Amino acid sequence: MNLNYNAPDENGRFGPYGGAFVPEVLIPELRAVQAAFEQFWPDAEFQNQYLHLLKTYVGRPTALTFAERLSEELGAGRIFLKREDLCHTGAHKINNTIGQILLARRMGKTRIIAETGAGQHGVATATVAARFGLQCVVYMGAEDMKRQALNVARMQLLGAEVRPATSGSQTLKDATNEAIRDWVSNPSDTFYIIGSVVGPHPYPMMVRTFHQVIGEEVQLQVKDKTGKNFPDVLIACVGGGSNAIGMFYPFINHPEVKMFGVEAAGEGLDEQHAATLSKGSMGVLHGAMSYLLQDHEGQISLAHSISAGLDYPGVGPEHSWLMDLGRVTYLAETDEAALRGVILLSKTEGIIPALETAHAIAALEKIVPKVASDSVIVVNCSGRGDKDMQTIMDHL
Amino acid sequence: MSSRLTTTLHALQTQGKKAMGIFLTSGFPHPSVTNLLLDAVDRGGTDFIELGMPHSDPLAEGVPIQHSSTCALQAGVTMQDTLNAVIAFRKHSDTPLLLMGYINPILRFGVEEFCRQAADAGVDGFIIPDLPPLESAPLRAHAQEKGLDLVFLVAPNTPAERMKEIDRISNGFVYCVSITGLTGTGITERMEAINTYLKHARQLITSNPLLVGFGIQTRKDAQRLSKHTDGFIVGSAVIKQIEQLWARPDLSLTERGRLLTQFVHSLK
Repeated sequence: MNLNYNAPDENGRFGPYGGAFVPEVLIPELRAVQAAFEQFWPDAEFQNQYLHLLKTYVGRPTALTFAERLSEELGAGRIFLKREDLCHTGAHKINNTIGQILLARRMGKTRIIAETGAGQHGVATATVAARFGLQCVVYMGAEDMKRQALNVARMQLLGAEVRPATSGSQTLKDATNEAIRDWVSNPSDTFYIIGSVVGPHPYPMMVRTFHQVIGEEVQLQVKDKTGKNFPDVLIACVGGGSNAIGMFYPFINHPEVKMFGVEAAGEGLDEQHAATLSKGSMGVLHGAMSYLLQDHEGQISLAHSISAGLDYPGVGPEHSWLMDLGRVTYLAETDEAALRGVILLSKTEGIIPALETAHAIAALEKIVPKVASDSVIVVNCSGRGDKDMQTIMDHL
Repeated sequence: MSSRLTTTLHALQTQGKKAMGIFLTSGFPHPSVTNLLLDAVDRGGTDFIELGMPHSDPLAEGVPIQHSSTCALQAGVTMQDTLNAVIAFRKHSDTPLLLMGYINPILRFGVEEFCRQAADAGVDGFIIPDLPPLESAPLRAHAQEKGLDLVFLVAPNTPAERMKEIDRISNGFVYCVSITGLTGTGITERMEAINTYLKHARQLITSNPLLVGFGIQTRKDAQRLSKHTDGFIVGSAVIKQIEQLWARPDLSLTERGRLLTQFVHSLK
């Protein structure tokens, strides 16, 4: 079976999902971003510059680490960790911000804006803006600024202005609204660096492209370490879903590779959570049709997760489509399970994962018993846990 | 068959008069006063009403309308309340009324069912700022079937060819956003540039009336921006006025309504 998967179509649709539901002011801007992306991404000079930065600045390729003691602990399979936590700034996010800022420069844009939840994407954006000397404004929920004061200080040190989003729930959803409003107000000089595979077309496609290096490296590294052409199982956490898409995408047309996305079940799926695919319904948020958490009136609900990076009531449209197609299986893990995942990986491998990543680690207990005992399992270790130490200490 | 909105706008054009549209947020400051406010602006001489259906995430709105939406939702306003307000309004007024809102609550309601109930309530059409032409096919089809106008928007950075395309698919009028910005953004220092753009839009948009909105606060603003258009829409300034009136405990509901009528009257 080959899916011949080739989404999105020319209108940015992944099946019924995606598209561009935005005010008219943004239509010409989105078309300009798409035209620039299609022109420059295949360009050899652009590619050289992007790959050079990934190598010399981000530190790619990131290692594929055999998690020997974790594999023993769980009793089956050979578990490998794709070490995105070793990227500069501590998470996969910078693959995308490098790609987008190179595009912004080609387009002659002088001002960068971004939204951030936990602050990881904000830090990754402030970092590349500093590297290229561009003005940078990061919108962050006022509530998140309190919870993630360290990342606010990092962004400010990097020269970015952090503007509090004081509307609505004062978290990532509202920071994204404010960033879009800024773009509506300043379309000519501003480039909006979106931090996940969300938002209007072409962002979900473009952000996927800037992260697919993760999956491409996994394929080569698995071959090198195991002799197998493909891994058997891929596991990644899903908030908006960029680290998952980055790892999954190069394998989508290879159905022998099983894929699992792990959402945040928060306090439990019948309590407060951020499990958009498991419990949400179809609708439009931040310019795209996808699954989302909403009430019966179509108002967006508040998400909850211990991990600020998964605390989002939407999800990338491509994940909605991959779920409907049955190509990726989506699970959800609670705050409590994620904390157990942090401890498990820390104690068995000496790697403290981000709380986001810990959801993927936690899911291993469910997935491992269901796969063949000689399976090669790759977990995307999407970020490191230093940023979460306060939260972790508060809960243990 | 031409709609109530089209008939009204054409009659004004024939008389050489500019049309005035007034925006209200349904349920703001409280769902119990929506009809009082509709009647107040109707008495103030508005040529049509744009009634906003509050959304939790209104992307195109500046602070005043964002705030009014949040208040209305906190006060518990529903889509059904908004439709009921129109039903009550229609018992005594023929002033054209459009619903303005974001697409997600409509999708949730069901596009077909929403068009059916809106038409039955006496709504004349819709303005949906996050529904550009490419995404609009389902709503357009159902709206058309029920004789409801679907108004599309153009902005200062809309290319000429696209303006013509939007004119072709828009019904009722074309909504000309005055600036690249949010509702309620200041326009005073950009007057000249705005007029150049409106003149340009006027030449391209020929099958529909052209109305300008975003940032109009006074009669003077309205007059200056209507030079090249068939009329204007005032939103944030009305919402701010309502906020001020409701912040004054010395005023009775009747007095607040009367003062709002006066304010609307002063705009044209």
